[in-house]
Amino acid sequence: MDHASLGWWGVPLAVLAGAIRVSTPFLFVSLGECLTEKSGRINLGLEGTLVMGAMSGYATAYLTGNPWAGVLVAGLAGSLLGTLHAMICALERVNDIAVGIALMLLGTGLAFFLGKPFIQPQAPQLPSIPFGWWSGSAQVRSALDINPLFLVGLALAPLLLWGLRTTRWGMVLRIVGESAEAARAMGYHINRVRLLATAAGGFFAGVGGSFLSLSYPGSWNERLSSGQGITAVALVIFARWDPVLCVWASLLFGGAGALGPALQSVGVTQGYHLFNAAPYVLTLAIMIATSSSRHRLAGAPAELSVTR
Amino acid sequence: MRPFLHGAVTRLSATRLSAVLAAPLSALAPPVAAVAVSLALFGAFVALVGVDPVEMYQLMYRGAFGTWFSWQNTLTRAAPLILTALCTALPAQLGLVIIGGEGALVLGALAAAATGMALNGAPAALVLPAMALAGMAGGALLIGGAGALRQWRGVNETISSLLLTYIAIAVLNHMVEGPLKDPSSLNKPSTPPLADAYMIGTLPGSSVHWGLVAGIVCAVAAWVLMRRTTFGFAARMVGGNPRAARMAGLPVGRLLVVTTALAGAAAGLAGMVEVAAVHGRASASLVAGYGSTGILVAFLARQNPLAVIPVAVLFGGIGASGGLLQRRLDLPDASVLVLQGIIFVVLLASEAMRGRLRLFTFARPTAAPKEA
Repeated sequence: MDHASLGWWGVPLAVLAGAIRVSTPFLFVSLGECLTEKSGRINLGLEGTLVMGAMSGYATAYLTGNPWAGVLVAGLAGSLLGTLHAMICALERVNDIAVGIALMLLGTGLAFFLGKPFIQPQAPQLPSIPFGWWSGSAQVRSALDINPLFLVGLALAPLLLWGLRTTRWGMVLRIVGESAEAARAMGYHINRVRLLATAAGGFFAGVGGSFLSLSYPGSWNERLSSGQGITAVALVIFARWDPVLCVWASLLFGGAGALGPALQSVGVTQGYHLFNAAPYVLTLAIMIATSSSRHRLAGAPAELSVTR
Repeated sequence: MRPFLHGAVTRLSATRLSAVLAAPLSALAPPVAAVAVSLALFGAFVALVGVDPVEMYQLMYRGAFGTWFSWQNTLTRAAPLILTALCTALPAQLGLVIIGGEGALVLGALAAAATGMALNGAPAALVLPAMALAGMAGGALLIGGAGALRQWRGVNETISSLLLTYIAIAVLNHMVEGPLKDPSSLNKPSTPPLADAYMIGTLPGSSVHWGLVAGIVCAVAAWVLMRRTTFGFAARMVGGNPRAARMAGLPVGRLLVVTTALAGAAAGLAGMVEVAAVHGRASASLVAGYGSTGILVAFLARQNPLAVIPVAVLFGGIGASGGLLQRRLDLPDASVLVLQGIIFVVLLASEAMRGRLRLFTFARPTAAPKEA
């Protein structure tokens, strides 16, 4: 790709294009985590789920030749890990944060173990939709090559918001997240609701992982994810547990993540690693700015342990 | 997020002598059972990929504890693990879950290496303590920062300590590829090698460096601090009930920041030891997973600083045997990670079994509220 023709204008364009590409895994993980946290439990293991999704999606796409089968299997692998998380958390005296850390380790370990044979071969990639067909500029065209998964994520966000607000299922989920006591008194099975919410959240995170290996960066290796999962968990707090706000937050983080590669493409290599750390710095800055030691965060599910 | 960290701590308050004796036993049973169950599960897992589990465990034992050579390898790996485990175990006394040991190690290593470079030429008796102090300061800054953010801004310390780890790794990569780069390190960017005079020596008659002694001393000191001083008593009171501690007039904020800074200093010292005893320079290969393994060591030791020592030796052994498994059985290097993950998951599940199965009820179970 030649960025010279656009010069420094290539940077904002690349950041914009990157924001769309890089934000997709953030979007899926944060939507999944949003759903899980709404039920009053946090799953910190989504970092492991993301890597597991990336590996299983890539392996399935390679073995079947169909990248969409990879996306599905990645989602299923994610929901399996989510189910495991929920089942252990349902036991007495078990802390959901600790289980998340354990699954971060297990998910990453399993993905590296099982994914060893798939580092070399090239799996078929997800197709993208060329929204930039009208433009003569190669950069603009490549920037507007948008992956359908991003659009799915965009559609999913308002759907989730609607589901949480207006459907019976959404209401039950919110009751369980706001007051386990009340939900129990009303006869709902708290652990069952949380299991479904965590499994569904794991599915989304797994799909987000498959995007990493099947679209952008588009290969499987052990350095594929470094912290996108945990950043997405923090992002949900920033988005105040609102799925639609998760979209904007994901785009912001995607843009921050794209800054390093964009600057590198115009020849700024100094501080490359520091620019790559931009999403983490941004996350931390936002958490510092929006948290408070005195009162609970607005919109936080009352049963959630992280915001206490 | 309080109760699960405790258990064994409050248990000692029982007055009957038998209960006092039984307490360590009942604290020991779940972790030991968890490791046993995990080994069986991991055996079944490798059997699925066509490896004979019996042969694997024989090899593992040989690679970890079978010979004097493997013992030395194990103990060399145990040294940083003790220190990174303390990075999780110390804040756990206050009910905090810190998972930034890797970041504190990395930052400590970078600070130590930079100090070694800056003071190049000065006598070793001056440079080594300066490197150790710089390493501890680097780690203390990172984890103490997470503690301070928790106290004054209410930022969740688990997430912030992990984010700080990623930032610390980025800073390390930036420094060793940029300002601190040794021009002659082409393939693997790193800082210039430390002069031989500034390297920590080995224990007489072995290849195990003095970092192991430093780790053990720190673990014992941490235990004394937490169990035998008013500071530790106050810290554990905060862990038991922060509101009651505040009502009693304890300086909760100061306890929290000092404890997290000490925890970070321990992991930072691990970084200094890795630089001055193993690598001889700072490079990306310092990110070797000692931080994440340290978290598991702390949990398996039930956050007890003394118990951290034997558990760190166990995991040092598992790590040491990884190479042998790779060469002889063609198992991927991630096998160790899978085993660690299984142990962690089973351990947490076993926590729920404590007090349920007859086997574990040596001491009267204390009332432990649920619902995190």
